[in-house]
Amino acid sequence: MTVLLDPTSERSPTVRPRLPRPERLEGLTIGILDIAKPRGDVFLRRLGERLNERGLAVRHYAKPTNTRVAPLPLRQQIAAEVNLVIEGLSD
Amino acid sequence: MTDRLPQDGLVAVVKRDCPTCVLAAPVLGALARDTGLTVYTQDDPTFPETVPGRIDDRTLDISHRLKIEIVPTLIRFEAGREAGRTYGWDRAEWQRLTGVLGLGRDLPEARPGCGAKNVEPGVIERLKVRFNETGLKSRRIEIGADEDEQEAMYARGWSDGLPLVPPTEERVLRMLDGTSRDPQEVLGLVPPDLAPATVEKIAVNAVMAGCKPEYLPVVLAAVEAVLEEEFAMHGVLATTMFVGPVVVVNGPVRRHIGMNAKGNALGQGNRANAAIGRALQLVIRNIGGGRPQEVDRATLGNPGKYTYCFAEDEESSTWEPLSVERGQPSGQSAVTVFAGFGLQGIVDQKSRDPESLSRSFAASLRAIHSIKLAPACDALLVVCPEHHRTFRQAGWSKARLYEELYRLCDIPGEELIAGAKGIAEGGPPSLAGKTVNKFRPGGIMIVRAGGDAGMFSGIIGGWSAGGPRGSLPVTKEVKT
Repeated sequence: MTVLLDPTSERSPTVRPRLPRPERLEGLTIGILDIAKPRGDVFLRRLGERLNERGLAVRHYAKPTNTRVAPLPLRQQIAAEVNLVIEGLSD
Repeated sequence: MTDRLPQDGLVAVVKRDCPTCVLAAPVLGALARDTGLTVYTQDDPTFPETVPGRIDDRTLDISHRLKIEIVPTLIRFEAGREAGRTYGWDRAEWQRLTGVLGLGRDLPEARPGCGAKNVEPGVIERLKVRFNETGLKSRRIEIGADEDEQEAMYARGWSDGLPLVPPTEERVLRMLDGTSRDPQEVLGLVPPDLAPATVEKIAVNAVMAGCKPEYLPVVLAAVEAVLEEEFAMHGVLATTMFVGPVVVVNGPVRRHIGMNAKGNALGQGNRANAAIGRALQLVIRNIGGGRPQEVDRATLGNPGKYTYCFAEDEESSTWEPLSVERGQPSGQSAVTVFAGFGLQGIVDQKSRDPESLSRSFAASLRAIHSIKLAPACDALLVVCPEHHRTFRQAGWSKARLYEELYRLCDIPGEELIAGAKGIAEGGPPSLAGKTVNKFRPGGIMIVRAGGDAGMFSGIIGGWSAGGPRGSLPVTKEVKT
């Protein structure tokens, strides 16, 4: 029998279930996150306008760069201010 | 085992393969007969014939417990504790330790001993494993006797696609001999899982990659470098673009471990080049959990994501090494990591003056990613010896070449507008009338490598998100 050493981090990933999707948007605050991909801002601005037209509350956020995860203060701010988030993932 | 050792009296550890042990055999016989002596023999249970009650220690258990390093070793016990020991044959020392005068009158005064079998490479590690003295924290995974080790490792997802060296406890212990750093020291958190990179876990992956212990300090420095915030390893891994970490090694360690900076420096065939780059990738894969088609979203990737590591040819260059240019002291070993991909060749066999050759270089540099994109990315320019000669003979420093290349990479905005040259890729019409540089200031790095023949330099392209908003190159000292 050979004994090998585990080269991995030996983590058993904890699966965190997503929050259930809301049944309706009325009464909720919607966050729109621009991850700084080209033309994402154009698309998301228009999306925000359409949501406003339906009388929904919208807040806009932007990551400084798409190459890094969002800074912690931004993530905390979004979590504190909105009920759901829409982001554009690619250009 | 210790119950076989006497509470009081003399103990000797010997082996037949040691001429000094053979020399001292008559003395051992006399001591055994007259004073009382327990002799353990490491290799041949019939040796020494002069001591009828000798004890077979071919398992080396007693030798290991007594921490024998040299044979013969003579130890005196008092009340179960070691009261003194001596190595090799030294009449005065043996007489002092035994209290017996006139030992080995016909022998020379002294003779050095030989290395003990229990501390031979390959043996000491086995003994530490047997006595559970490794200190290794990694989970042990038992592979069945009838199971194929390679298949077992593939099945667990540890491989980059190629066979691996099985990371046994013995091999990992030997690997850790390559550094003085604590095996449990954490070098950083490896993305995407942000799992701690301990020296031990890196050593396990270095074994699998095919590293020798003396490569480990370079691997550790490379891991430290990619885990620096400014390298943005998460993004380098997760991008759909081609890049992976490229490792450039400078300083004396290159020669100590036999790296290739000459012919085919960026190609196959050198163990250190190949294994160091591979070890870094395995660390990302196994410790960080970064795998293709998972968090690694590369569209095509590039073959350098198996391994991409080479040494700079400092000896035949008149330019300062990359590490020195980046602030490391001259003569200190260092690694520089760059988020790069592939190799775009620059073929120029006719330029004999630096003006022509730098224009040739710049024209190729302007084509990285797309001739329609600027600024595009950082670039690592690998200048071959014959091209370097042209600059050297004209007295061009590296700084001068940087300056000229940057200037020559200014591009008229009209050429970059979407649709210009019949190519839809490109920038907005507002670029008209402006000049745009292909690179950010400092976005080109120059190194020297390659074989003596051939006017073929190369460009290692970077990531479109190069510079501060993406990945910056990082240089780290190689610590022993």
